[in-house]
Amino acid sequence: MKAFAYERPATVQDAARLASERPNARFIAGGTNLLDLMKLQIETPATLIDVNRLPLAEVSDTSDGGLRIGALVRNSDLAAHPRMRQDYAVLGKALLAGASGQLRNKATTAGNLLQRTRCYYFYDTSKPCNKREPGSGCAAIGGFNRIMAVLGASDACIATNPSDMNVAMRVLDATVETMDAQGQSRKIPMAEFHRLPGDTPQIETSLKPGELITAVTLPKPIEGVHLYRKVRDRASYAFATVSVAAIITKGEGGKPRSAKLAFGGLAHKPWRVEAAEAALVETGSADAASERVLEGARGYGSNDFKIPLTRRTLRATVAEALRV
Amino acid sequence: MDMNQPIGTTPLDRDGGLVGRPIDRIDGRLKVTGRAPYAYEVRDLKNPAYGFVVESTIAKGTIRRLDIDAAKRAPGVLLVLTHDNVPEQGEKKEQVFPQLQGTDIRFHGQPIAFVVAETFEQARAAAALVKADYAVDKPQASLREAKPNAVEPKAMQTPPDSKLGDFDGAFAAAPVKLDVEYTTPVQIHAQMEPHATLANWETGPDGERLTLYTANQMLNRGQASLAQVLKLKPENVRLISHYIGGGFGSKLQPQPEATLAALASKSLKRPVKVALTRQQEFHVATHRSDTIQHIRLGADANGRLTAIAHESWSAATPGDGFYETSANVTRALYAAENRITQHRLANLNKPVASAMRAPGEAVGQLAFECAMDELAEQLKLDPVELRIRNEPEQDPEKKVPFSTRQLVACMREGAQRFGWDKRGAVGATRDGQWLVGMGMAAAARLNPLMPSQASVRLNPDGTLTVRMAMTDIGTGTYTILAQIAGEMMGLPVERIRVEIGDTAYPKAAGSGGSFGAGSAGSALYVACDNLRQALLTQSGLNPEGAMFADGRVQSGNRSEALTDLAGAQGIEAKGEIKPGAMKEKFSQHSYGAHFAEVGVDADTGEIQLRRMLGVFTGGRILNQKTARSQALGGMIFGIGAALMEAAEVDTRYGHFVNHDLAEYHVPAHADVPAIDAVFLPELDDKANPLKSKGLGEVSICGAGAALANAVYNATGVRIREYPLTLDKVLDGWDERDGHAQRRT
Repeated sequence: MKAFAYERPATVQDAARLASERPNARFIAGGTNLLDLMKLQIETPATLIDVNRLPLAEVSDTSDGGLRIGALVRNSDLAAHPRMRQDYAVLGKALLAGASGQLRNKATTAGNLLQRTRCYYFYDTSKPCNKREPGSGCAAIGGFNRIMAVLGASDACIATNPSDMNVAMRVLDATVETMDAQGQSRKIPMAEFHRLPGDTPQIETSLKPGELITAVTLPKPIEGVHLYRKVRDRASYAFATVSVAAIITKGEGGKPRSAKLAFGGLAHKPWRVEAAEAALVETGSADAASERVLEGARGYGSNDFKIPLTRRTLRATVAEALRV
Repeated sequence: MDMNQPIGTTPLDRDGGLVGRPIDRIDGRLKVTGRAPYAYEVRDLKNPAYGFVVESTIAKGTIRRLDIDAAKRAPGVLLVLTHDNVPEQGEKKEQVFPQLQGTDIRFHGQPIAFVVAETFEQARAAAALVKADYAVDKPQASLREAKPNAVEPKAMQTPPDSKLGDFDGAFAAAPVKLDVEYTTPVQIHAQMEPHATLANWETGPDGERLTLYTANQMLNRGQASLAQVLKLKPENVRLISHYIGGGFGSKLQPQPEATLAALASKSLKRPVKVALTRQQEFHVATHRSDTIQHIRLGADANGRLTAIAHESWSAATPGDGFYETSANVTRALYAAENRITQHRLANLNKPVASAMRAPGEAVGQLAFECAMDELAEQLKLDPVELRIRNEPEQDPEKKVPFSTRQLVACMREGAQRFGWDKRGAVGATRDGQWLVGMGMAAAARLNPLMPSQASVRLNPDGTLTVRMAMTDIGTGTYTILAQIAGEMMGLPVERIRVEIGDTAYPKAAGSGGSFGAGSAGSALYVACDNLRQALLTQSGLNPEGAMFADGRVQSGNRSEALTDLAGAQGIEAKGEIKPGAMKEKFSQHSYGAHFAEVGVDADTGEIQLRRMLGVFTGGRILNQKTARSQALGGMIFGIGAALMEAAEVDTRYGHFVNHDLAEYHVPAHADVPAIDAVFLPELDDKANPLKSKGLGEVSICGAGAALANAVYNATGVRIREYPLTLDKVLDGWDERDGHAQRRT
């Protein structure tokens, strides 16, 4: 770990201002990801801005029947919130599918949004990685890439976003609220929050330098069966090989009347294809939906299995939703 | 005592004695309250400096230039050891390599520098400033590619090859044949406590002395190896290892961190402390080699084996000859007239391969016990029945009797308890989304006895001090030693002070190879027996029918308190055990049978263990509770080996890609449902004076194969490439359904 300065500002705006003034500053909340990265010198911030004492740990109802989740709400607390069971089961299930009990007790909502990839080569400073060191190359291509992306990847990077929470946030059409150094707040739809790697895999979100996440807002509850199906290599404390967040209502003739689907483990961001949802409602066929989801999919060797696994998992998830 | 004949009746044979009771660990309270210092936590030496290992980031080549200027200037840095300034060292001994020798790089993670600073953080930060400029060669890291050129290794305790009868002829003539290849991946010990050492090199009037507080399983072996490598007299090297957080073979020998800490302490004239990070554990410390295993079985129509061939290939780091003895167990497990076993070794640019829990047997039985299942399937025989039909009357290769062998009893007991008769046809059992299957496998593991010594002292206060350079790696050694001494001397465990983990004490076997409890416990038995004789002599009591109980010794109508006999100075006795003729005259193994039920998700191919039972024999069980815990631990190792454990090799770089515990998966609690282990009653009077046999490893042997066989029973997919990840199940279904193979 490199030496760094430590600050603990009193207000949200102070935090954002500090972050924009100090070169190479990082916010720290739960630290469940950042501290590991710092020990390995994958992240080498000059300043850590501790936001843990900022008043951002509230969960409150919004006027339109939605839910506003403070940036510092811990994953465990959010999963246990009564409205997760009542109205946002897909999110509650996704949260509980992630990490371990210990990590969920520390990990925060905003921190989880910013969780970095688990690509093995990103974690190994002795290997090329365009995300860690732009221009150095991508060792995952041509290497062991079981956990890597099959959708939306580029020649520069095939990493995935490892978060379960993000997948549920995407299917719920959540909105990320931020504040910048000038005290200006901004609302970023989940669809636009995470980016594809392209030529700049080191830029993972649409946040501007110094911008601080203050909350995530969920729209009013979406009717339907909420499911989060995570396919994994170990029953706990393993990232998804493929995951599906689904909100489906049953219609006539065993076909869904409505469907919202988002996928984890496949891409650099939670993957959602609205045309696939339409295809599912129209045809009633999960495979028809998968065709749309997997348009342009390609494997890199050890992750080839994710493509058929996505089809299988969606088939099973849709069937389960219609069975309930 | 040399173990030249069966032991006969002993004081431990008393019904209701202390030995065997499921008492809690006597060191348990210290451990859970944080008062049992592990090597890195020892504070006996003042003002230690902290070291950090710098690893090679290539697997083959040479260091052209090592830039250490920035590291030397970094805050708190005291020393940067490299090949330029490392003190002179001796030759490699066993697998303890001299460190920082020249500029040649043989494997990824080879230490190239050792940075020492005032704090751990400073040392780690400075280590990141060391820059190496390499001339990089293409590493050879693929066992598959190197297999055709693999060589016959030098024998390790047993010859690499064995041959009996005419395998080729018998195999060709056999009406039922199986010819299959299995592979097992690189596995990592992943013990909880990383390798850690606090070293202190002192120069005194009587020469140079080194004290190492270190996480090590076999202290006397480590003492001898380090003495040679560090050019010290063995008696001037002291290893202290009071508490060890798991070893599983990774701490059988001192690892590079210990050697480097010693060298740095020599250079700095100051204690130096070091621990490997979890990531470093994968490359700097040892691993279990991957294997390729070719198994051929020939049987008659009734399922009697006529021909067995088990050939195994594994990899070693350049300049080392350690090979995985996968086929050794096959030499003694099943009857057949015509048989071949063979081991071949490829020297690859991979880190040092070494022993991991049940080296040889663990992966050998992953393969062989599945092959037996495949043969049973071909013969339409129950897998238990197939094994019973091939039960040998004596060791099929050594042609000597078994000391005890209850494999069939283990299988029958397990089958009955598990409900084996309810096993369905392949692919026939379904529970909701789950395809359900059952599988079984036999378990066998060699039972060795190692030379070991002990001393006991009856103190004036009536307590007994036990001393030996034995270790407790978390298995319960402290506790069973207290039980043995207590039973022999008629004292409660509270009156026994077990002092182990220090080469200042009598030489002991250490913990490894399932020999620890039997060897060290036997030395203690002999020492206690000698102490009993001394006390009887001193008291003038008639040795005939003398009883030690409740702190007294009684004979006839006379009784003396031990406190009275101890006198003002106390009384000491020594004991020693050595293997003897029993080793050659009898074939000695621990046995067991595993039964597993798995569910396989019909959509995703995910495998979940539903329940598992192991039935074992290991001679006298010294503590039912710690023995059961150890057996469950071995079974969980088997779950990991079957379903998830694999250090993936990137042959471009020669490194293990997933080198942390987030991505190198070992079972989590959620992967381990209701599992149970039971022991059948057994006494083996040819094994050692305790009549016990090794238990640390038999429970991993075959465990994973039981799961793999259950997966086949559930799905009809036979996966011969461990671990059984979901993608391989999906491939199997695709193949069955006629889809083109996706994987290459």
